[in-house]
Amino acid sequence: MKKYTYTEKKDTRSGFGAGLHEAGKKNENVVALCADLVGSLKMDAFIKDFPERFTQVGIAEANMIGIAAGMTIGGKIPFTGTFANFSTGRVYDQIRQSVAYSNKNVKICASHAGLTLGEDGATHQILEDIGLMKMLPGMVVINPCDYNQTKAATLAIAEYEGPVYLRFGRPVIPVFTDPDQKFEIGKAWMVNEGTDVTIIATGHMVWKAIEAGEKLAELGIDAEIINIHTIKPLDDEAILKSVKKTGCVVTCEEHNKFGGLGESVARLLTTELPTPQEFVATNDTFGESGTPDQLMSKYGLDAVNIVEAVQKVIGRKK
Amino acid sequence: MKHTIKELEDIASQVRRDIVRMVHGCQSGHPGGSLGCADFFTALYFEVLNYNKDFNMDGVGEDLFFLSNGHISPVWYSTLAHAGFFDKKELATFRKLDSRLQGHPTTHEGLPGIRIASGSLGQGMSVAIGAALTKRLNGDKSYVFTLHGDGELQEGQNWEAAMFAPFHELDTLICTVDYNGQQIDGPTKKVLNLDSLQAKFEAFGWHVINTDGNDMQAIVEGLHYAKTLTGKGKPILNLMSTQMGAGVDYMMGSHKWHGTAPNDEQLATALAQLPETLGDY
Repeated sequence: MKKYTYTEKKDTRSGFGAGLHEAGKKNENVVALCADLVGSLKMDAFIKDFPERFTQVGIAEANMIGIAAGMTIGGKIPFTGTFANFSTGRVYDQIRQSVAYSNKNVKICASHAGLTLGEDGATHQILEDIGLMKMLPGMVVINPCDYNQTKAATLAIAEYEGPVYLRFGRPVIPVFTDPDQKFEIGKAWMVNEGTDVTIIATGHMVWKAIEAGEKLAELGIDAEIINIHTIKPLDDEAILKSVKKTGCVVTCEEHNKFGGLGESVARLLTTELPTPQEFVATNDTFGESGTPDQLMSKYGLDAVNIVEAVQKVIGRKK
Repeated sequence: MKHTIKELEDIASQVRRDIVRMVHGCQSGHPGGSLGCADFFTALYFEVLNYNKDFNMDGVGEDLFFLSNGHISPVWYSTLAHAGFFDKKELATFRKLDSRLQGHPTTHEGLPGIRIASGSLGQGMSVAIGAALTKRLNGDKSYVFTLHGDGELQEGQNWEAAMFAPFHELDTLICTVDYNGQQIDGPTKKVLNLDSLQAKFEAFGWHVINTDGNDMQAIVEGLHYAKTLTGKGKPILNLMSTQMGAGVDYMMGSHKWHGTAPNDEQLATALAQLPETLGDY
């Protein structure tokens, strides 16, 4: 198992804030909009340096998505910012018609996704957003795994032409990816090469997969760990190549197993390479109030759950 | 004036013929609101709007128009064809397989003249605000026009947008409401009363004007007047009274022709009331 270490913990939303600021410096067409959550989305640096390119919309997410779609007409590249729940479920039809169907160059940037939003509880903890967004034709869906990757992803989507959903979170987590990484949309990152099982993880679950990989190594199981940051378009080639070698797969995501990354992987494998698969994800449930760590544990999203899923799926190999 | 009122009325008559023929041709679509707005569309595209026939999505330096109540697509398609955006023969493909003239307007098939999909109601004002903000950032002084149904104002997103535009002093924005008092299920007064739209928009900070949308002279003058009100810190709201189905006697003033196609006999009756002025497609 390749050794991963970290010297600091940071939130992925701060990676977004830093990426947005840098994207703003690089391209004067980058503009930002927010629905009364500037501090939560870490947009302060962008607003300070480019006040005229920031629009405070107020608590009116539907209007924000429509305005963002309109701002693309004339060449702007709008980044909208609010919580993941209000970025997707609340405005699904606005995104569907004015952004996706109209093919507008809008970047829907969503913080506080998943259970790790914590104490606010289930009204704010969306676990369905990946599914909602990946079903929209033409929508790119990205869920980066740490501060550095989120910053790199933010810069990459500014250069990509078309609608994107960028999902990130609230808690501070280890920073373990390269600060100078080149982010390629749709390209998987090989975290660790192995032979016994393929662990595919996205977002906050990537660090947990690394922790699981270390425990599995102690048990004599050589896990291949792949980070899928881009859930759509999926890196079919990387997944198939790995699964051909290992013969079984565990998918890990902070999202409902109905409609998430795991289902995308299952769709690929059932058509191309039927393979035993286990899902580490929430199971058709809402969340609740609690600390992020308590919630990840209660809902089965810890390294120990990945280890158990690996042991189970290896047992299912023919 | 680029055209006389008589010339504009003749164009509107042809647009109305196109509308009923298009809706009859596919036996679906929305003739009522389309007919009611034929004079507005003619005035807008042939007299008021500054646009380039060589369509460009960004429309830099051009006036932009967004149709929020996308179901009245027949009137827009006919007007765009006569204004030179595409060949009028294409009107025959309306709502048929492989057509660029989808049931509701969209950019998806690349029809020139259309900058956003509409159909799911209540989204156009927000989009127009966005386009106006970009024009402001680009130092582009041209106008952004919209059209909305009155029933459509029951969608809450409109009021988010209506609150935003005056606060941000979007004074290049000229929004028109097709005030025909009808919606699918009946008169707006019975379905969900809009009450005084003038008072509502004024309370939100708009400059509200009233026009007669089925009098060509009045609508041309009204839209020109609206332009003179721009640049004064307030968006403009044009409350435009129309008759649903205007120009076809048996369709007028009733919600029953909101989304119903005429049969062969009804088509003949309608066409007899609408002189062919520019040649049928």
